[in-house]
Amino acid sequence: MRLALGKVKDVRRRKNYITTLLVILVTGFLQTLTASSQNLLISSFTPLVVHVAQTQPAQDEFVPIDELPPEDQLPAAPLLIAAYAFAWVALLVYVWSLWRRLGSVERELADVARRISNRSGGA
Amino acid sequence: MIASRWFPAITVMAMVFFAGAPLMIARAPYESTMGLVQKIFYFHVPAWIAMFSAVFVCGISSAIYLFKGKKFADHLAVAAAELTVLFGLIGLVTGPLWARKAWGLWWQWDARLTSALILWMIFVAYQLLRQYGGPGSDKLAAGMALFGMANVPFVYWSVNVWRTIHPTTNVVPTLVPGMSEALLWCSVAFVLIFVLTLSARVKLESHRAAIDRLYLSLDD
Amino acid sequence: MVSRFIQVAWLIVKKDLTIEARSRELFLTTLFFAASCVLVFAFGFVSDQNPIGEAAAGILWIAIAFAGTLALGRAFERERYHDVLHALLLAPADRPAIYIGKLLGVICLLAIVEIIIVPLISLFFQTPILRHPWLLGGLLACGTLGFASVGTLFAAMLVRARSRDVLLPVLLYPITIPVIIAGVRGTVLLLQPEIDVVMVRAWIGMLVFFDVVFITLSLWTFEPLMTD
Repeated sequence: MRLALGKVKDVRRRKNYITTLLVILVTGFLQTLTASSQNLLISSFTPLVVHVAQTQPAQDEFVPIDELPPEDQLPAAPLLIAAYAFAWVALLVYVWSLWRRLGSVERELADVARRISNRSGGA
Repeated sequence: MIASRWFPAITVMAMVFFAGAPLMIARAPYESTMGLVQKIFYFHVPAWIAMFSAVFVCGISSAIYLFKGKKFADHLAVAAAELTVLFGLIGLVTGPLWARKAWGLWWQWDARLTSALILWMIFVAYQLLRQYGGPGSDKLAAGMALFGMANVPFVYWSVNVWRTIHPTTNVVPTLVPGMSEALLWCSVAFVLIFVLTLSARVKLESHRAAIDRLYLSLDD
Repeated sequence: MVSRFIQVAWLIVKKDLTIEARSRELFLTTLFFAASCVLVFAFGFVSDQNPIGEAAAGILWIAIAFAGTLALGRAFERERYHDVLHALLLAPADRPAIYIGKLLGVICLLAIVEIIIVPLISLFFQTPILRHPWLLGGLLACGTLGFASVGTLFAAMLVRARSRDVLLPVLLYPITIPVIIAGVRGTVLLLQPEIDVVMVRAWIGMLVFFDVVFITLSLWTFEPLMTD
């Protein structure tokens, strides 16, 4: 018993040591990253893709949205409606599938319980 | 939890919050540069809040299952993982729909989007493992969930550490009152629905475990 | 305590390396697979009938990921076949020591494969990937460690699972994608005419961060995961 307890304490001590080390390292690293973030030029994780020819020259400066040519102006309403609709539909479909699964599982549970009681009743 | 007296109360609350959401969102002021499409914000951010909550629930209950062996923790982990995939999917679809108008593109491989997608995929892999892994997959899935949970701080702080096209975490604390109320309202709605679906899903998992035990005793 | 830990880990590494030195099965199959991967991608990414030089960085890491997955699967399949893992777990050895032993064995194997693959890539893609060997070595060492640490944990776990061949990549890749990303971004920087050493060191730093997190998590969870 005493030997087993001793082993548990060793394991816990080692785990605590690893935790402290991890916390120190992670904090230190995050601080370093934050401090040097002004120098970091990582702006994207863009995969290596062969350049595709642009259909029109890129804009050089800011153009207010109502001065953009018509083909660049996207109507916002369909996107907004699609977003909310998707969220609602996804939630409803999930709740409905939960309902169905719960129903069938409860039926099966009742069936097995009945079979057990029949067996123990009959035996 | 589903059988307790709190369940109907929370259901009613959730319905009230969801019914009130369109009113709160319509009342919220327009954002100056993005206009109408910015209103996706009020579902996009709460969906990710619910997703992160689900990841934490899954991770913590997985740790409890691994180190303490409590079966209920495993049921909770399975339920939370499924909800992670659901709410993550909502976040991953509403985001690009907003981005198409706001940034001009559907997707970009910046730090936030990439890491969020990876986090979501980890929990999709969790589902596949539980479904097709056979015996022993419960413990391995618990290990997966711990790695997933370790990713969350990375996903959250990636916008602050790297220069990303995605807005930083500074946006939410500095919202104007009209917007912050609407966001809080929708967040509460999503968290309530997360709690409700979680308890229902845990109930399903407990029933399945009970059926397995009963079948085993039937065979004896 | 520590010396016993190192002793157990060293014994396991010695066992794996001895088996490998005699049969060379894992080494040869993994090496050939990695080389075939590189060839397939070299033909897949072409521009004007020549392989694209810039794709070399990505292809290097993809070859490591694929070959590593194969090596992990085969290494633990060997354990399962002779029921060695069961015996190891029954032995009065620290579970984390077993994990470290297996991890070091996998890393040795991948290191030798990488030493051969990197010049091959330099040849096929005609890129000066070996211009800064120490930085490249640092990237590869930290990246391989991160990949192998998670891979060893999952491969050991999957030994008793169903569909283990397909589940290992399914589980491993989402978790190790950040390691691959950091490795590729670092290697791409090394292929530029003027390299940015600060940035490469930043990516190595990120790889070290992932290594610490993954190894700590793996050491914590190896024992409860391997217990029935």
